[in-house]
Amino acid sequence: MRGDVFDPGSLQKQPGADRPGQVFFGLISLAVLAAFVMVGAVLWDVVQGSWDISTSRMWGFLTTSFVSNPDAAGVAQGIRGSLIIAGIVILTFPIGIGAAIYLEEYATDNWSTRLIQVTVRNLAGVPSIVYGLLGLAVFVQTLKGLTGGDSVISGALTLAILVLPIVIITSAEAIRAVPGSYRDGAYGLGATQWETIRTQVLPAALPGILTGTVLSIARALGEAAPLLVVGAAGFYTTGNNDFLEQMRGAFTALPMNIATFTKEPAAIWRGHAAAASLVLLVLVFLINLVAIIGRARIAKRLGR
Amino acid sequence: MSVTEYEALPDVPDFIEDDSGSSAAASVFSLTDLNVYYAENRAVADVNLEVKEREITAFIGPSGCGKSTVLRCFNRMNDLIPIARVEGSVRYHGVDLYAPEVDPVAVRRRIGMVFQKPNPFPKSIFDNVAYGPRVGGMKGNMEDIVEKSLRRAGLWDEVKDRLDESALGMSGGQQQRLCIARAIAVNPDVLLMDEPCSALDPIATGRIEELMKEIQNDYTIVIVTHNMQQAARVSDRTAFFTAELDERGDRRGRLVEFDETSTIFSNPADERTEAYVTGRFG
Repeated sequence: MRGDVFDPGSLQKQPGADRPGQVFFGLISLAVLAAFVMVGAVLWDVVQGSWDISTSRMWGFLTTSFVSNPDAAGVAQGIRGSLIIAGIVILTFPIGIGAAIYLEEYATDNWSTRLIQVTVRNLAGVPSIVYGLLGLAVFVQTLKGLTGGDSVISGALTLAILVLPIVIITSAEAIRAVPGSYRDGAYGLGATQWETIRTQVLPAALPGILTGTVLSIARALGEAAPLLVVGAAGFYTTGNNDFLEQMRGAFTALPMNIATFTKEPAAIWRGHAAAASLVLLVLVFLINLVAIIGRARIAKRLGR
Repeated sequence: MSVTEYEALPDVPDFIEDDSGSSAAASVFSLTDLNVYYAENRAVADVNLEVKEREITAFIGPSGCGKSTVLRCFNRMNDLIPIARVEGSVRYHGVDLYAPEVDPVAVRRRIGMVFQKPNPFPKSIFDNVAYGPRVGGMKGNMEDIVEKSLRRAGLWDEVKDRLDESALGMSGGQQQRLCIARAIAVNPDVLLMDEPCSALDPIATGRIEELMKEIQNDYTIVIVTHNMQQAARVSDRTAFFTAELDERGDRRGRLVEFDETSTIFSNPADERTEAYVTGRFG
């Protein structure tokens, strides 16, 4: 018993009773708005800057190489380089996912495992240009016989190492988030550790792993600094080399194209930089789209 | 010695593989001086008991008394907890389950488990039931195995038209019966049930209890339960565990009394058992 007389008015809404909550809601709404405005500004800048090229000769821009005539110059070499980089980076994903499986499922929880985990986390925060120096020393110089020196292979492997910690961290987190009840259920039915990982843990973790790998590809495609250090060109001239020679020869990528266009003194090249940025954004968006569709399919198969 | 149950048990052979069909059922499990440690903490101390073939044995007791820990020794699920350590012997038909040459995977194929929370895999109903037979490399028509298992678990009529739908869309009670069907599908000898009804409503609980009575002719069942009425309703024998504080203030589980269920509930030998089953404690 409260001992007081019930006052019906005490249940009524009081103006200003939740002032702090309303202020907080206002602030987070502003934050969302700010994020939208910034993304919108970037998109507007790119679309508007590239308007002349995208409305008049987009196909030519996509399919021709860099030439000194602004009306004919394109980013075909950059697209080619970026696609090869994306392909090679994807090929290295099993290493990162494998490392994550080891750390989460096999490694015992002791000081050396924790040291590795902390190191991986720190590696994810190392500035990209430092990875460029690593790539220069390892792939361009030491392994010159294999990579051909400042080639697209060296650039791609450097970027693969750059994103490896991100792949490991996101995959490990996705694996850790798999409910223990799935593991218990599988072990309880006589599944081995590998069977449990293959049939329960990995399928359930796959959407999260996909998200991490897509972010990694986007990161790798956007990096210019490490490529600069390993010796990517702004553009290059090529003869009729075969595929292997092209892989080991001079290369460029979309971020390098953008940098090159931006550095040109004549104002007309700004449009090229914007158009190349648009191409890069669309490329990353397409890769995202593939991952989102894949993720949705897996989620549907898992019945969620 | 505070453990009285062992002396109280009448005519328990030490261990005999007894298929002679005599009135005394053979032992499926025998625990001798079982101690389970989590790191330095002795969570279960000095448990001795026998689980009889084709009987339902219930473990009751307050939270933290180690009944689930003991249950998880029967199929070596404690192996999955890195800090857990088992001492003493756990014999299954005379074989020491913790002997170095014993493969825990093979143990779990013979000794199935149903968990506290229904834990269907995020797969179709069919694939849930077929999971164990598939990883176990079982031969035979998978559709027959799945149908037989679902029928055994009393679930077939409810799900036969939606076998390819996700198991996650079923009700909690159906999910738990699916987990029982899934465990049955690998053709085990024993079913371990760790509080299988604690997440279910009374109607679903009733169905699971009926199911246990139906299948008890084919399986040896050990069930951990918080629900004393459940133990009284379904089990043939009941083990009462309790928790005491050790010298460091950690909980340590002990077996207080183990006897036929009717004796435990009507004429227990230990006053702690009596206090618990009459509701004066716990």
